[in-house]
Amino acid sequence: MTETGQTRIQNRFQACAREGRAALVTFVTAGDPDFETSSAILNALPAAGADVIELGVPFTDPMADGVPVQLAGQRALKAGQTLRKTLAMVESFRRAGHDTPIVLMGYYNPIYVYGVEAFLAEARRVGVDGLIVVDLPPEEDAELCLPALKAGVSFIRLATPTTDDKRLPKVLQNTSGFVYYVSMTGVTGGAIADYGAVGDAVARIKRHTDLPVAVGFGVKTAADAATIAKGADGVVVGSALVERVRLSLDAEGKATEKTVSAVTSLVSELAQGVRSVAKAA
Amino acid sequence: MNAPSSPNSYRNGPDENGRFGLFGGRFVAETLMPLILELEQAYNAAKADPSYHAEMGEGLKHYVGRPSPLYFAERLTEQFGGAKVYLKREELNHTGSHKVNNVLGQILLARRMGKKRIIAETGAGQHGVATATLCARYGLECIVYMGAVDVARQAPNVFRMQMLGAKVVPVESGTKTLKDAMNEALRDWVTNVATTFYCIGTVAGPHPYPAMVRDFQSIIGKETREQMQEAEGRLPDSLIACIGGGSNAMGLFHPFLDDASVEIFGVEAAGHGIPSGLHAASLTGGKPGVLHGNRTFLLMDDDGQIKDAHSISAGLDYPGIGPEHSWLHDVGRVKYLSATDEEALEAFQLISRLEGIIPALESAHALARVAELAPQKPKDHLMVVNLSGRGDKDIPQVAEILASR
Repeated sequence: MTETGQTRIQNRFQACAREGRAALVTFVTAGDPDFETSSAILNALPAAGADVIELGVPFTDPMADGVPVQLAGQRALKAGQTLRKTLAMVESFRRAGHDTPIVLMGYYNPIYVYGVEAFLAEARRVGVDGLIVVDLPPEEDAELCLPALKAGVSFIRLATPTTDDKRLPKVLQNTSGFVYYVSMTGVTGGAIADYGAVGDAVARIKRHTDLPVAVGFGVKTAADAATIAKGADGVVVGSALVERVRLSLDAEGKATEKTVSAVTSLVSELAQGVRSVAKAA
Repeated sequence: MNAPSSPNSYRNGPDENGRFGLFGGRFVAETLMPLILELEQAYNAAKADPSYHAEMGEGLKHYVGRPSPLYFAERLTEQFGGAKVYLKREELNHTGSHKVNNVLGQILLARRMGKKRIIAETGAGQHGVATATLCARYGLECIVYMGAVDVARQAPNVFRMQMLGAKVVPVESGTKTLKDAMNEALRDWVTNVATTFYCIGTVAGPHPYPAMVRDFQSIIGKETREQMQEAEGRLPDSLIACIGGGSNAMGLFHPFLDDASVEIFGVEAAGHGIPSGLHAASLTGGKPGVLHGNRTFLLMDDDGQIKDAHSISAGLDYPGIGPEHSWLHDVGRVKYLSATDEEALEAFQLISRLEGIIPALESAHALARVAELAPQKPKDHLMVVNLSGRGDKDIPQVAEILASR
């Protein structure tokens, strides 16, 4: 929290709203393709135009992810990434003076094995602002969500097309920071079928909450970002960025001098995309 | 972990949150949560509906061929020189294993729910074959996810599924075995939520699957009680079954959990041996974690990354175990042992030659421990082994191993 009692996430969404635009939320996998390159990418994201950073915590069995994010996690694990190293990455990011909010995104098991209390204390200490844990629905809030809120770490929930009006209040109840609307039923990296339905869904969620609503799953280009930005408070891009990492690697799968810029150049384009549409503040 | 105190009954789980003590739960993506709640409701409604039970009864009798015999294995008993060994002949079921008991229940439920597209994961292929069979019987679309490694080592079952009209999708991600097949099935489900019923093959996954699959498999233990009563006029003294996810074991054990006189043993796959680290024994060599919708004992590293399981048997090659087994292990009601690849191979050959029954490599793990336990027991000790599947599917693999020696 800052002196105003607001979190970095709240401040950032409010700042974007004052600019009359949606926030750009970028996802990269921690440790992909290796610790050093991944740290360099992370540290370059704010200047490239990322408003909020989702940092993927690699897991061997990412049940809700499509192939691009699966492969990114496998590259990171092969290079020796662990949750401890991911927290260390965030610590050095904050030491470098960045105040861009960071949300760790992943699956519960690495956190559970680390130990919930120890993890939250360390996350809070190094400057993690929020958590998205894909396999913890509201029914399991006692596991991590409630302890996180108590520890001052936001818990961001996913709402999906299957989350109907009856269920929405339950999903939103202990959500903080922002709501992540998953634009389709499916794994990460698919294609958005119906942009109109996304706008309707965001409007529906906003009837139930004052939190900002970010939309993700399937956003790949600046044009996609601009389209989503019209109706949402944030646009999440992930698979397209980790694909940029993959395509920049050499034949042995190692980082090249192009790897960091391959990611940041797309982030810059996306940042222009969200700035190209004005929305009502 | 501290062992919780003994409950009044071992048969009351799970609680309303799908927990067996610490284990179980509903650790799934939000997209799936409404479906899992819908499934729970539909299952509860079906359980209360006599017409559903009548349909199950008909199917089990005339299509599956139940009851399966409880067979006194005279020559095995002589060989071991101790306990009277009975085999519960689940390998005689239609499709050749216990898997069909559960699939029938789930497919009838899917029909009630109006779902026309069925997906399943499979390891050895026995669950895939059972699912493909019932989908053929009821005219439903069937997609089976199977690790690419398992597709290669269980070729006969792949062909069977295809003959039955199912689409077999080889899974190339991760370790290309059962856990990856389950990941891929979950990815399919999350994508095709409106049309699709996920037919899980074991007592794992998010609530209500562990309880539901157990209920369907409990026919094994219920029949065993009656049949042993008829044969010997009393309850058995011990039960033994192999465990991957643990559905055949749970089905045999559950009706006996509150009978204190009945000793119960589960046998995990020890692969090359527990000390080698190359095994599939989650309880013996793992610790509690969260995977595939439930908390249970898992094989993993210090960072919570899931480790590869190793077993000669594709059906046991899974780094987790059903949550109710984790709980029964914790409270000490069931003793969990393990058997190596080598011990299973020996038992496979022994039972084939002595009884004229070629067991599945999975079931051979249980039989391997019988070889050790039976001789320690008195001659009036009644021991029931779940012969969960037949070994036809394993013959090419076993022939190759034996030829290479």
